[in-house]
Amino acid sequence: MDMSQYLDMFLEESREHLQTLNQKILELEDNPHNVAVLDEIFRSAHTLKGMSATMGFEGIAELTHEMENVLSNLRGSPSAVTTKVVDLLFKCLDSLENMVDAIVSGGDNKGNGEELIQLLRLAGTGELDREEKKVKKIIEPKENLTKILQEEEERENQQNEELLASFNINQYDLTILREADRKQLQAYHINVQLDASCVMKAARTFMVFRNLEEAGEIIKSVPTAQELEEEKFDRTFQVVVVTPDSKEEVIKTLESIAEVEVLSITDINIDEVQTQKGQELSKDEFLDNAVAVEEKLEVVHIEDKRDSQKQEIKTATGKETVKKTKISPTVRVDIERLDNLMNLVGELVISKTRLEQISTTSDLAELNETIEHIDRITTDLQTVVMKVRMVPIEQVFNRFPRMVRDLAKELGKEINLIIEGKETELDRTVIDEIGDPLVHLIRNAIDHGVEQPEVRRQMNKPVEAVLRLVAKHEGNNVVIEVEDDGRGIDAGKLKNKAIQKGLITAKEAEQLDEQGAVNLIWMAGFTTAEQVSDISGRGVGLDAVRTKIESLSGSVEIETQINKGTKFKIRLPLTLAIIQALLVNVGDEIYAIPLGAIDETTSIEQGHIKKVQNQEVVLLRGQVLPLVRLDQVLEVPRAGTHTEELYVVVVRKGEKKAGLIVDSLIGQQEIVIKSPGKLLQGICGIAGAAILGNGQVSLILDVGTLL
Amino acid sequence: MDRVDFYDESQLVAFTLDGEEYAINIHYVQEINRLLNITRVPKAPFYVEGVINLRGNVVPVIDLRKRFSLSPRETTDRTRIIIVKVKDITVGIIVDGVSEVIGLANGNIEPPPGLQGSLEQEFIYGVGKIDERLLILINIEKVLAIESVEDKE
Repeated sequence: MDMSQYLDMFLEESREHLQTLNQKILELEDNPHNVAVLDEIFRSAHTLKGMSATMGFEGIAELTHEMENVLSNLRGSPSAVTTKVVDLLFKCLDSLENMVDAIVSGGDNKGNGEELIQLLRLAGTGELDREEKKVKKIIEPKENLTKILQEEEERENQQNEELLASFNINQYDLTILREADRKQLQAYHINVQLDASCVMKAARTFMVFRNLEEAGEIIKSVPTAQELEEEKFDRTFQVVVVTPDSKEEVIKTLESIAEVEVLSITDINIDEVQTQKGQELSKDEFLDNAVAVEEKLEVVHIEDKRDSQKQEIKTATGKETVKKTKISPTVRVDIERLDNLMNLVGELVISKTRLEQISTTSDLAELNETIEHIDRITTDLQTVVMKVRMVPIEQVFNRFPRMVRDLAKELGKEINLIIEGKETELDRTVIDEIGDPLVHLIRNAIDHGVEQPEVRRQMNKPVEAVLRLVAKHEGNNVVIEVEDDGRGIDAGKLKNKAIQKGLITAKEAEQLDEQGAVNLIWMAGFTTAEQVSDISGRGVGLDAVRTKIESLSGSVEIETQINKGTKFKIRLPLTLAIIQALLVNVGDEIYAIPLGAIDETTSIEQGHIKKVQNQEVVLLRGQVLPLVRLDQVLEVPRAGTHTEELYVVVVRKGEKKAGLIVDSLIGQQEIVIKSPGKLLQGICGIAGAAILGNGQVSLILDVGTLL
Repeated sequence: MDRVDFYDESQLVAFTLDGEEYAINIHYVQEINRLLNITRVPKAPFYVEGVINLRGNVVPVIDLRKRFSLSPRETTDRTRIIIVKVKDITVGIIVDGVSEVIGLANGNIEPPPGLQGSLEQEFIYGVGKIDERLLILINIEKVLAIESVEDKE
């Protein structure tokens, strides 16, 4: 069977599951007793395992399987949720991510899967804490690795053999069964047979498991789930489930799967099992397990009832045990199609502008009415299409809790990450690009901004630092803030450092005001970190951050107060495809200047232009404004000479301002940004092209490169 | 020019430029247009005439006379823009006039003569003979400097 057609879907879904896992494991660390979270982790891991096994990615399946084993141990004893185990699980997720990435580039990369599997097995036997030394040995010297691994494997095998000697119901299972009995749930022993012609046995068994898990809880299977997935069985297998459903219902759910037949289904009588086992649980053991089991069963129970009386149950139990993520009906659409749609809307906008131009020269009232109507529709259409392209910034923010946790641990700092406004939506293209700059700012905040706990204590600050990540709308922009309550940026220190590095002269430094000094931080090659660390301090950072943000037509500002903290404020446009622009005449040519970059327009007298170091400037309300003659910069052929009065468009890029001298202003217009084609990419001063109402192409000025 | 070798006969679009006849493989040709309104692009390579609006798409246009270092000439009503697409890059090329689509047997293609003089050697890959006519077969990828475009990426 050809799986390639499912590959894209598989990849996407795997990534989603990995993201969920990351998130939920973080939650679990904070709250090890939350069975609902654990269940969700379990579900994700299990689905991932099933999918990857079906797709034939053994590496992923194996690793997730081992993770599941560890997780099921955690289910029994919340106290086993130690930092070590969580760290290990995170490492596994990283490894899984790598494997998924490797699939994209072709191949089933096992990565360090083997190593992790061994560690997971150690954790599974609860020896991760006790045998720390051994684990360390495993991680470090490779020579010892194989030997120790062998030992471990042997031991593991022994245990497995013991366990699987028969259809062995262990004490934990027994407790579940007893609890089930008490709750009047049914326990069944089911014998399932697959059709002789069945090609994808693993897929079928996966579906059987999935269907059963929807109805109840699978306690055991022979052969084990792993073996079933590896198709290490003939045609039949057995499972024990606990479910509120009747036998008939179970049979019905199972036989709805093609090529699956239920050979037999029998009740399991608790007492029989006990006598058969010939041993009684000690009271202590029972109590140990009871709590976990209770909660587990509650889940089954509630899920069952939910079907009939959703609302009632929720309010009645008043608990958050079942917190299923709400899934709204969605369609996955290729981003290319959306781009296409956007292009077409762009065409429509252009045609509309054209119609509007025609209507100005005609007196037809009917025409004007129709055009007004079209105008409304296109505006609506444009908003809708833009909305479709919007994705919540959650996608980017989601990976930060994990990152912050890891960093904080690594640096021995205590950090409380507060995320606000993660539902804020941004254009897909912006979302894809904004991740790296944010990672950078957060790393900086944690490494440079936040002080060590002792320092904070001395300063009477709360030991736990607060890192706020906020996204919100502001007009036609989205603002993202990264704010820490750390030591702030010392402007004086920055100046000294900049002089020391030869980035500015002492004289220049003197003239800088506070804000100007803080802005030195954006210069290439700048770092205040005394030591270059893994996390930051190599000085390649912030200027790259700014360049990136500016390439997205955004801007970034810093607010800082010594010992109070630092706030980076990123401002981004909602979309990059359609913008408001000012059209200007330069000679006979028409250029578009993005409105976002324009401060004001004004006119000056030719005689007021002065020269400073061969640069033409003018005094505008007491401020020196450098001038750029667009006709010269753009090499516009012109016949006549300049008039006495000049039009100036004052543009700003970050802190820099300049006045662009143009011949006349045409007006403000909505334009659709088009690429001028690969052949002309990277031409200085031009950000793109736009088609005007009359069908002519006009070039959009890249203000940043003109200053 | 592998593609040419696969067929016994190539279909070519023949056009004139400064009194000589040239041809490019029809596979590259998307359409042929009359001269459209061209917007000059400042600081572009010298042979790039500007960009045009091709039904809502912005397409760069190359002046083949400038590219081949031929003397400039006023446009006439025979002047055409041939829209070619090479490796996902769509470009218009301005020529003096398009004459016809013509079939050329592969056996009738000869390597470029050594003494071409007027035309930079790298731009042509052969000369096609049809009876008494000679067609200069141009290497469109070289003309568009596709390699240097790809280097940029």
